[in-house]
Amino acid sequence: MTILEFFLWSLLKVAVVTVVLLMSVAYTVLLERKLVGRIQNRWGPSRVGPFGLLQPLVDGAKSFLKEDLIPTAVYRPLYLLAPMIALGCALISIAVIPFGAPNTGPHGIDLFEISNINIGLLVILGVTSVGVYGIALAGWSSNSKYSLLGSLRSSAQLISYELALGLSLVGVVLRAGSFNLREIVEQQARHGFMSWNILGGMQFVAFFIYLMAAFAETNRSPFDLPEAESELTGGYHTEYSSMKFAMFFMAEYANMINVGCVATLLFLGGWTSPMGDLMHPMGGPVVTSLFSIFWFVIKVFAFLFLYVWVRGTLPRFRYDQLMNFGWRFLMPLAILNIVGTSLWLAYR
Amino acid sequence: MHLILFIFFAGFCLAGAINLLLQSHPINSALSLIVVMTSLAVLYLLLGAEFLAIAQIIVYAGAIMVLFVFVVMLLNAGREERTLGSRAARVIGLPAVVALFALFATVILRTHGLGVSSASQPITDTKELSAVLFRDLLLPFEVTSVLILIAILGAVALAQLDHGERTASK
Repeated sequence: MTILEFFLWSLLKVAVVTVVLLMSVAYTVLLERKLVGRIQNRWGPSRVGPFGLLQPLVDGAKSFLKEDLIPTAVYRPLYLLAPMIALGCALISIAVIPFGAPNTGPHGIDLFEISNINIGLLVILGVTSVGVYGIALAGWSSNSKYSLLGSLRSSAQLISYELALGLSLVGVVLRAGSFNLREIVEQQARHGFMSWNILGGMQFVAFFIYLMAAFAETNRSPFDLPEAESELTGGYHTEYSSMKFAMFFMAEYANMINVGCVATLLFLGGWTSPMGDLMHPMGGPVVTSLFSIFWFVIKVFAFLFLYVWVRGTLPRFRYDQLMNFGWRFLMPLAILNIVGTSLWLAYR
Repeated sequence: MHLILFIFFAGFCLAGAINLLLQSHPINSALSLIVVMTSLAVLYLLLGAEFLAIAQIIVYAGAIMVLFVFVVMLLNAGREERTLGSRAARVIGLPAVVALFALFATVILRTHGLGVSSASQPITDTKELSAVLFRDLLLPFEVTSVLILIAILGAVALAQLDHGERTASK
């Protein structure tokens, strides 16, 4: 395989995955509006297309066509840069996520993962930690008290919960002995759902910590203090309008999808079927790979469903409760989980 | 390929460093520092040190620089005044830099036993790295951790002291 071929194939994979990710971001928004609607005993969007299915396209067109206001007192370079950082970091993480069984396409290219690297899990953590700048700079450069308060809250929250999030993943890494996401999935593939890290791996404590920290990391309810609309009007994106606001919005939903993908890979067995080897692979290689993608998408979808469900049912935390929960409960619990997992692995 | 990437990111790193010094606004300087650290991470990656590269991004670009930006935002530090600087600095600045650079270069080039490293080296496994860190160099590693722990305790103690005085004065 020459460098040119590698480059062209990678470009193709990046283009396809980005388009699919952006479409799923748009439809996650619709999913949320529909589900929250049902939880609150109303229909949600239902006018545009059958069952409101074309609503995301219309919303997108609206964001494009709206007037792009830039307030006079903002610090322009950073004000323009911030949404790009936020969306860029949200979209980059998908590059290391394997979303189907290992599959060798033409020229030895792995079709279902953009790049298979040894430190995939760490790359995701690194990109997430850089994504904080998008929010921090947006609030600061907007030159508005609501934005600044929102972004200060958000930065503090992200830094605090990143620790618990990172520590909760150590147990999984200890069990797999690798940072490579494919190896982590293959280690839990053998006996279907009985060998998933959440059940057979006894990592349900880690899964609980990851779930809580992930809600906080993506600024979602019940930890959506950075954009608590009743106190801060909109938090860090108060001064943004039109497509720049839409970029923050897309970044939030892309982050939700990323977090769902990581949870699927680390705790729920990734693309492997819950039946494990009990079910014989049906059909040819094409059907098998389609099935692997189907299982992956179903698991991520379940995670997104949980996100929306929690948003529809739980009230927002207070700020001191949020910090206490993160530092005094989740952090020590994560450390205990690491100690417990290490002892268990050493005993075996 | 490695050479092209090296030249590109080394240039990026230097440009970021120079921009860091030239900018008069603290937040621009902080952002240039992030550029420097990220390009350094790419250079580490070219040398085959993947764990070091990603640790550089997570710890320096992701955590420490967020604190810098946080402080700049909290204090709302404004634009710095541009002064002409002291005359002594202008006269001996450049010669001093050249002399120091020459000194460092001589010492480093004369030292024997420094490992040779080149671009396009095979990637060092994280497992090998942790074996060195946690088995061969366990004592220095633990001593460093204790040192950091003491620093954290000191910071907490200082914060508590300030708090106690304030409540006492109330």
